[in-house]
Amino acid sequence: MALLLIMVGFVQSWGVALAILNLCLISAVMSMGVNIQWGYSGLINFGVMGFLAIGGLATIVVSVPPVNEAWAAGGFGVILSGLILFVLIASIFYVHRKFQSKYKNYLLFLLVISVIPMMKLAAGPSISAIESIDAATSGFLGGFDMPIILSWFVGAIFAALVAFIIGKVCLDLRSDYLAIATLLISGIIVSYVKHEEWLTRGVKNVTGLKRPVPFEVDLQNSDWFVNFIGFLFKGRLSKASDLDEKIILLNELVMTSSSIFVKLCFSVIFLIVLITILVFSEKALRSPWGRMMRAIRDNEDAAKAMGKNVVKRHLHIFMIGSAIIGFSGAMLVTYDGLFTPASYQPLRYTFIIWVMVLLGGTGNNYGAILGAFVVWFIWIESAPFALFVINALMSEVDNTNQLKIHLIDSIPYFRYLMMGLGLLVVMRYRPKGLLPEKIINN
Amino acid sequence: MDFLNAIILLGNYIIVPGLTYGSQLALGAIGVTLIYGVLRFANFAYGDLMAFGTMIVILSTGYLQSLGITFGFLPTALLALPMGIIATVILSLFFDKTVFKYYRDMKSEPVILIVVSIGVMFILNAIVRIVIGPGDVIFMDGARFIMKASEFKKMTGLNEGIALKSTQLITVITTIITCSILFYFLNKTKTGKSMRAYSDNEDLALLSGIDPTKIVIYTWVIVSILATIAGTLYGLDKSFKPFAYWNNLLPIFAATIVGGIGNPLGAFYGGFVIAFTEIGLTYAYKKFLVYLLPEQLEPSSLVQYISTDYKFAISFAILIVVLIYRPNGIFKGKVI
Repeated sequence: MALLLIMVGFVQSWGVALAILNLCLISAVMSMGVNIQWGYSGLINFGVMGFLAIGGLATIVVSVPPVNEAWAAGGFGVILSGLILFVLIASIFYVHRKFQSKYKNYLLFLLVISVIPMMKLAAGPSISAIESIDAATSGFLGGFDMPIILSWFVGAIFAALVAFIIGKVCLDLRSDYLAIATLLISGIIVSYVKHEEWLTRGVKNVTGLKRPVPFEVDLQNSDWFVNFIGFLFKGRLSKASDLDEKIILLNELVMTSSSIFVKLCFSVIFLIVLITILVFSEKALRSPWGRMMRAIRDNEDAAKAMGKNVVKRHLHIFMIGSAIIGFSGAMLVTYDGLFTPASYQPLRYTFIIWVMVLLGGTGNNYGAILGAFVVWFIWIESAPFALFVINALMSEVDNTNQLKIHLIDSIPYFRYLMMGLGLLVVMRYRPKGLLPEKIINN
Repeated sequence: MDFLNAIILLGNYIIVPGLTYGSQLALGAIGVTLIYGVLRFANFAYGDLMAFGTMIVILSTGYLQSLGITFGFLPTALLALPMGIIATVILSLFFDKTVFKYYRDMKSEPVILIVVSIGVMFILNAIVRIVIGPGDVIFMDGARFIMKASEFKKMTGLNEGIALKSTQLITVITTIITCSILFYFLNKTKTGKSMRAYSDNEDLALLSGIDPTKIVIYTWVIVSILATIAGTLYGLDKSFKPFAYWNNLLPIFAATIVGGIGNPLGAFYGGFVIAFTEIGLTYAYKKFLVYLLPEQLEPSSLVQYISTDYKFAISFAILIVVLIYRPNGIFKGKVI
């Protein structure tokens, strides 16, 4: 894998190679989250996209500077409605758990139905007030202006909270119902992020997010970086004949290497995250807790008979996995530097992650990471590869040929074909994935 | 008079669209439920199968039009349906032979089959997008309206009118015809009965000498026919866009489960249940109430329960409520 990336570095450019590497690292975190749910305990969660969107939302809430006028206009209403929502959800849980009456179901139904009109009544005016302030450039509440790294943890917490609510409702369902239900939920979450403009600016996107690493422009203007580059490329610079040429060359080098430097910083941070999560999940897998999870996965009835609380364990693992997915969602938005709710599509953000886990090896963390790297690499490189194949096969054909033009236009979709074929082949011939789960005897 | 106006308003914005959308969902849901009942898995590739069938129909429509053949005031796509159906049947049987058969023989868990169907979904997705592209295609021709709102108003002298698009009528009539043939087949013919027997109890069916390979082939043929028809009707009514077909899969699944899995009649009703709740809850009742209520009570807001952006939420809510209170679906499907 490393060899392949280095090859991309030489053939295309180092920037591309590092971009692929970074997204591989982020995807590896996502696929580990899914692996914890599916591989450790057999929960099928097709709501990955939703949790990623929640993580992305967290970056906005945490890191964007607050819009003071908007807070003044509608902050109170929003907070009030948040409290009402909390009270409503709490009372729904209370009625569901503790209330004893023959009208219980009707009361529950009434409470659930009343959530939306109540929210509309409480928050409606303040929301339209917020959205009307400076609609073209802001029109949203903004966030808390805190460091963006913090938002990764907040994203994890948000995702875990949402997973708690979803899990309470859905986790008793059969596996295939759970798949459909989570898929629907992720659709709901994404349409929430897309349409609640007071929170996320919706399809107007939030751009220019903070970064945990320096910006390229700042780097290019800082002395130490220029000196550092000068030191790094001493050999090439000394070959330049006169001072002018030397300065031009140096400028060029600083330009290209600043973006590479930034990407490298990201890679280091992502790598730290990945290794930390890997260490913890490997530890968990080998602990009594991991043994219990596998026992529940392999034979739920036996685990129940041994006195394990299967429902509670499922809820916990659903929350943990979703938290990791939320974490990676925040990482992804941070790396992109912008939040585009319209870009969350189930194929790209749910099923590709699933392909990663299934291809790499369910139940094996290293497998999930390998799968993430392989799949993301194929996902990115299949377009150039398809172009190459089309050109090679149709080199005889004139460039104005309709079929050839059409095929070249539809190159981005060959990656779906590769994904599907890859998944089918792996499911058929290596149903446990490239790196199957190791049986741990402890 | 106001009362009549209010009724007509509801008819125009809820009943007619609800019937159309419900028919499309019902056809789709019957297909999903047949796969669920006979082959025993949730087929995530179904939305893309619909898109594939529609794509072939569109291509053959274009071919027919280029030959100068049209279907009078009806859309040419109806003439092209058989081509789409044949192609989809071949495709389904091909995927069954190469992909699904192996897992059926292995008696894999349903979850594995779901994963495999996702692989098929990716491939179909790619094929459709490579052949026809991801954009909108409008392939409706022939008469656009059977009755325009303005004509209705002139005829009755009311303030509100009912607009009836020809596609809406075609959708409903085609659905009625298709479903009658299907239910006749399932309930009266020997093959249909053996299919139901197989779905009900596989071992008993095998004991009574029913040939499973034949049953599987029949199922795929019927499912492909339904998918193509449902997809074409949806495409005629709205427009053809591959991603929209994928999105339709979710309400179709909801309709299947609500109606009771493996129960075609339930799926039929389930489609209408989902369609009418979705449209009924996202419709803004302001105008309706303005007609009915005295002036001082007129509402100032839209009186819309939930905005159309959240229509998934409605499918989901119905799904959850049904699964909690009637796990086998409203119409008593079976738990496979």
